[in-house]
Amino acid sequence: MSAPHHIPATEAIIACEGLSKHFGGIRAFTDVAFQARRGEVTAVIGDNGAGKSTLIRSLVGVHQPDAGNLFFDGRARPFANPDEARKAGIETVHQNLALIDELTVAQNLFLNREIVRRIGPFAFLDRKAMKREARSMLSRLSINVPSINQRVRRLSGGQRQAISICRAVGSGAKLVVMDEPTAALGVQETANVEALIRRLREQSVSVILVSHNFDQVRRLSDQIWVMRAGKMAATVRASETSGNELVALVTGAA
Amino acid sequence: MSTPADNAPAAHSAGAEESRPSLAALLLDPSFWADWASVVGLVGLVIVFGIAQPVFLSVANLQALLLAAAILVVLSIGQTFVIATSGIDLSLAAAVMLGAIILGLVNAAGYGIVIACVLAVLATSAVGFLNGLIITAGKIPDFVVTLGTLSGITGLGLILSGGEPTMVGSTFLLRLASGSFGPFGYPVWVAIAAVIVAHIALYHTRFGVHLLATGGQTESAGALGIRTDRVKIAAYTISGLCAGIAAILLVARIGSAEPQINTSLLLNSVAAVVLGGVSLFGGRASILGPAIGALMLTALVNGLTLLNVSAFYQPLAVGAIVVLAALIMRYQK
Repeated sequence: MSAPHHIPATEAIIACEGLSKHFGGIRAFTDVAFQARRGEVTAVIGDNGAGKSTLIRSLVGVHQPDAGNLFFDGRARPFANPDEARKAGIETVHQNLALIDELTVAQNLFLNREIVRRIGPFAFLDRKAMKREARSMLSRLSINVPSINQRVRRLSGGQRQAISICRAVGSGAKLVVMDEPTAALGVQETANVEALIRRLREQSVSVILVSHNFDQVRRLSDQIWVMRAGKMAATVRASETSGNELVALVTGAA
Repeated sequence: MSTPADNAPAAHSAGAEESRPSLAALLLDPSFWADWASVVGLVGLVIVFGIAQPVFLSVANLQALLLAAAILVVLSIGQTFVIATSGIDLSLAAAVMLGAIILGLVNAAGYGIVIACVLAVLATSAVGFLNGLIITAGKIPDFVVTLGTLSGITGLGLILSGGEPTMVGSTFLLRLASGSFGPFGYPVWVAIAAVIVAHIALYHTRFGVHLLATGGQTESAGALGIRTDRVKIAAYTISGLCAGIAAILLVARIGSAEPQINTSLLLNSVAAVVLGGVSLFGGRASILGPAIGALMLTALVNGLTLLNVSAFYQPLAVGAIVVLAALIMRYQK
């Protein structure tokens, strides 16, 4: 159970081996092997301080791993910064740094990848095209917002999360990384975001989901990776495990 | 080019297919008054002054009013770009003085007036660029940096000019100040052109969206790959550019380059921006709002003068209106 079974490289959208990261004398994680399959939802779980967030940040260029190899889309790709990771096709849904409150839903969806029309040397925003495209992006994922012309400030936490996920998916990303996407949400909003993640899975979007809600992880993901005290402790298929087994793996009782 | 709704926030800019609030609900909503403070204020002043002193509404007076407002309108546009990034440019009026002095000295040195104007604009733009560079590279609060450049370029202006005004006897500037095309004098057309260009830059270019994103949440904008430092530097450079244009209009108007800072220009530029519904915390801005705010402040001074109110009361009136506007802004959604 605890020996990671290996997936052929062509099936993995992202993979790492022997990955280690320490901050000064504190080891965040050591010698981690991890893979996420194309078109699947891959969950990373673990107790607080197990190293899961740091691992994910090391995958997307926020942190630089001290040792080990990282492969993305079949190529060895260490990312020097989040921008490089984004250009390679990894979109991260940040917990708090996702949207600009004062801009509208449509503006947020197209921020920094605006559609422009060129007239001579000048480029002007094609706002009609962006609004049209924003509507279809939202309807493809069945996301309900009062209006795409609404400022994001006035939306609920769940709607905001849905829009940041929509933004990440809509950019044509090969891999969407979500760090605790429902941590700050209420029951109903959590259900909505979970439904959205399920739709992503149906549409074969590759997703990495960091969570410490075991039930949620079992509901949403295909493969679950368990971290414990800075090591990758185990990996299981979500369909073949139980909540009790996950608790045992996370706490080390297994 | 675009609907007026462009300048109003979400509640009023909802597309036709989304529900619109009823007129009554709109009038009861404090947010509506906050968004349109400058328009409501301007209309109110025109009505009050028009009744109290019919001369106020004469064509000649309205033309004079617009002419007098041109410089402030241009400066308010520059200030708007900076405030939209949640900064403030305190060196704006000092930059106008520096631009005027350079214009005067270059012209007096025998170079053509065009070269003098270009150098003046380049100098003030450089001041703005420097402000932006120090603020972003040095990570120093905008308030402190522009206060520093305010003092620095005041000194520079005094050193360059020796504290003496320079006469600028140029037919080009004379015609700019006194000539007119259609109903408006040339300075008014310059201000109108500045408003149009700035409006397009703010609402119809990627730069405009990135500017508002940077002002709204700098960190988030950075996380989404926007180079927020560059955006800020550009905003301050635009502010400097506007100061240069204002310097040309000022020298044209008074016929000489004075080594003197018109502090009311700085205060009124900030006041016009606040009246125009631009958030001092950044992230939301319009160009028409501050332009109308500048018109309103000019109308206030003009009307009070026509009513023979002592000039000593005018700063008091401006101050009261600005604080009142800031209070109303709290209801902005």
